Amino acid sequence: MLKRLFDPNDTTGAAVKIAEANFPAPFVSGLEYGAPARGTWNIVHTGMLIPDAHQVFVCASNCLRGVVLTAAEMNASHRFSTVTIKENNVLEGDMEDLIIEGVSDIINKLAKRPPAVLVYTSCIHHFIGCDLSLCYKELRKRFPDIAFTDCYMNPIMRKSGLTPDQIMRRQLYSILEPKTINPKSINIIGNNYATDGDSDIVRLIRKGGYSLKEVPLCNTYEEYQQMAESFLNISYNPAALAGGEYLKNTLGQQHIYLPLSYNKDEIRNAMKKLSEVLGIEYKEDKEDERKADYALSKALEIIGDAPITIDYTATTRPLSLARLLIEKGFNVERVYADSFSKDDHPDFLWLRENSPDLDIYATVHVKLRVLPRNYEQKTLAIGQKAAYFTGTANFVNIVEGGGYYGFSGIEKLAKLMVEAFIEEKDTRCLIQQKGLGCESCI
Amino acid sequence: MKQTQAFLSTYTADVSGVCSALFELGGMTVMHDPSGCNSTYNTHDEPRWYDTDSLVFISALSEIEAIMGDDQKIIDDIIDAANQLKPAFIAIAGTPIPMMIGTDFDAIALEIEDATGIPTMPFPTNGMHSYISGAGMALAGYAKRMLKDSPEEVLPRSMNILGATPLDFSVNGSVASMKEFFEENGWNVLSTWSMGSSPEDLAKSGKAEVNLVISSVGLETAKFLKNKYGTPYVTGTPCGEKFNEFILKALEKAAGSKDETTAFPDIPEENRKLVIFGESITSRSLASALYLEYGICARVISPIETPDGILSGSDACLSEEDDITESLKGVKMVIGDPMYKPLIPEGVKHIPLPHEAYSGRIFRRDIPNLVKDITQYFERRLLNE
Repeated sequence: MLKRLFDPNDTTGAAVKIAEANFPAPFVSGLEYGAPARGTWNIVHTGMLIPDAHQVFVCASNCLRGVVLTAAEMNASHRFSTVTIKENNVLEGDMEDLIIEGVSDIINKLAKRPPAVLVYTSCIHHFIGCDLSLCYKELRKRFPDIAFTDCYMNPIMRKSGLTPDQIMRRQLYSILEPKTINPKSINIIGNNYATDGDSDIVRLIRKGGYSLKEVPLCNTYEEYQQMAESFLNISYNPAALAGGEYLKNTLGQQHIYLPLSYNKDEIRNAMKKLSEVLGIEYKEDKEDERKADYALSKALEIIGDAPITIDYTATTRPLSLARLLIEKGFNVERVYADSFSKDDHPDFLWLRENSPDLDIYATVHVKLRVLPRNYEQKTLAIGQKAAYFTGTANFVNIVEGGGYYGFSGIEKLAKLMVEAFIEEKDTRCLIQQKGLGCESCI
Repeated sequence: MKQTQAFLSTYTADVSGVCSALFELGGMTVMHDPSGCNSTYNTHDEPRWYDTDSLVFISALSEIEAIMGDDQKIIDDIIDAANQLKPAFIAIAGTPIPMMIGTDFDAIALEIEDATGIPTMPFPTNGMHSYISGAGMALAGYAKRMLKDSPEEVLPRSMNILGATPLDFSVNGSVASMKEFFEENGWNVLSTWSMGSSPEDLAKSGKAEVNLVISSVGLETAKFLKNKYGTPYVTGTPCGEKFNEFILKALEKAAGSKDETTAFPDIPEENRKLVIFGESITSRSLASALYLEYGICARVISPIETPDGILSGSDACLSEEDDITESLKGVKMVIGDPMYKPLIPEGVKHIPLPHEAYSGRIFRRDIPNLVKDITQYFERRLLNE
């Protein structure tokens, strides 16, 4: 059996005190490990948000395997098909034929004609110089009743320009057909989870008498298409920025970015900015802030000085969250993140100054495969990877912020922390399910 | 040339096969890949991932490294990781982009081995073949590199089991049952390549009197061991009481004759109204067991790489969805993974037999252990017809 030759206490290269960490990349890139925490969404999950759309992936077998089974595990195989690239296609350069004939064959076999088809091409197409424009032109000619869009599973591009995730969150809106702009309709874009109805942002929109649209809330393709009428797109996930700019250019919709944050000033500024765009007089909501503070103080009473760990899958702003909790007296010991977003820079600087011993741990560094996954005392993890790496059953099971935003988001998160600290979860079972919130047959 | 799967799944690919085959042997396997192979392997192809800290990583190949042909990055990264983690060996498996840019894996392996002193094995996978190819070349590569060159003393009534990975046998105790069965019947099982055996066990393989190939994954290793040590081999997967008797007889015969052989009985061609989908050796073994137990004649359809001499009569190797659909015309019953269901015509009975290499973890809890007894799983389902 396997023999451990590695010193379990040696975290060199895999962990660093924030005082000594570089921004935005605290670790040297190298071989990468993948922890079995699968709650984050992938491009299949996100694409499935478009009601009734069908996905066709054109890739080699090894790339297809993961996405085929993603669809199957979310009970969506009936909306998913594949075209397999083989060596002869690479050698003979018939990739365009393969796409056109393959996608056509699939569409002709489907029992019901989908309103939209998302065609995902891969790294191979990028490198071989496949004429994708020709492919889509021909497909649109053959199937004029179907909206085709180009999606990408080309992780080789994840370090150059937009990542596949950012592109997916843009392409999600690429088949919206222009409509007359409705000045009373607003979209929140780029999220896999619908924004919490109690959140500051949604309540302000409702207060102004606007209707709110989000892809996760769309039950039909027609509802999805209605997003084209909104005059404003709001994004708060940095991965959604490209989508906002795209819609501004193609549909003429305004776009504002109100980054998810756990910082009071940042939240107030975001609400002020939104109020200005909506023409609503901005008033600081002291009651919301008081409720958030109260929830945090109650959480502190229960959690006390138990170590807290946070990972980057739980929220797009792990350092902002760490800062808030430290400011409120919690004992945040570790943040698991391989890199930081630009938005986190002020919090990074604050933490360096005020909490220099905070440990930043990588999640993909090879040592994470063998470092001990336990804590000496009861701990609370916020996020699936933090739960896995610390071996705790007390964890807040959210990804991507969970749809929470603003002071109400802080209040709800504080309550989730208490709940998680009191009630143990089946970590092994929960974190291995793909796409938290999606159907799962696992 | 459609190469489409409107409804079907995809088998585990060669690169995951390499990782799976070497998982328990104390090495470090690196997939030269940007990202996707990592989660695919450890989510869908590797049931041991959560509980066993085997060293399997990706190189995180980037666009610029591929364009510039920068092999130094993977070389340096592997050396760095190896120096930290001290693996017993290093394996490097390729994926589509390294194939397209003509990555010289042999040279990369030489440089790494030179720098670390750790045996380093390159495997020319490209993500376009099935796990049969990848796991097969990995086990054979391990044998070629890690087994002793000197002739071994042969131990009477000793054997190795070749071709065991969770991709074909899951983690439901099937491989342990095989070992137990042969030991109950007077054989000393020196090693199972490569589940449940240590590298030290595998090192004894040359002492075996005979080898048993239980899946196509083990065939290349069997051929290598025959060439290296003269060990004969038998092909067949333990599956039910009566077919197991055939295997025992074949082992005795092979041990005496020093020739390779299969344990499969001849199955009459007529009335093959039952189709079995799956890996060729395990499916042919199941067909043999069903014939011997119930007199049922089954046709095997192997959708992945199939070695010569395994299929017979109207058995076929079909990978295109259209061909598989066509093969089901006139069939009364199908045994195969539940994910074949969308193609099975109405009125045709489907006996689900989940296969980890096809449906991954989805039906893992339903995968039966058919080694000693197939009646419990099949009798009720078959006799309802």
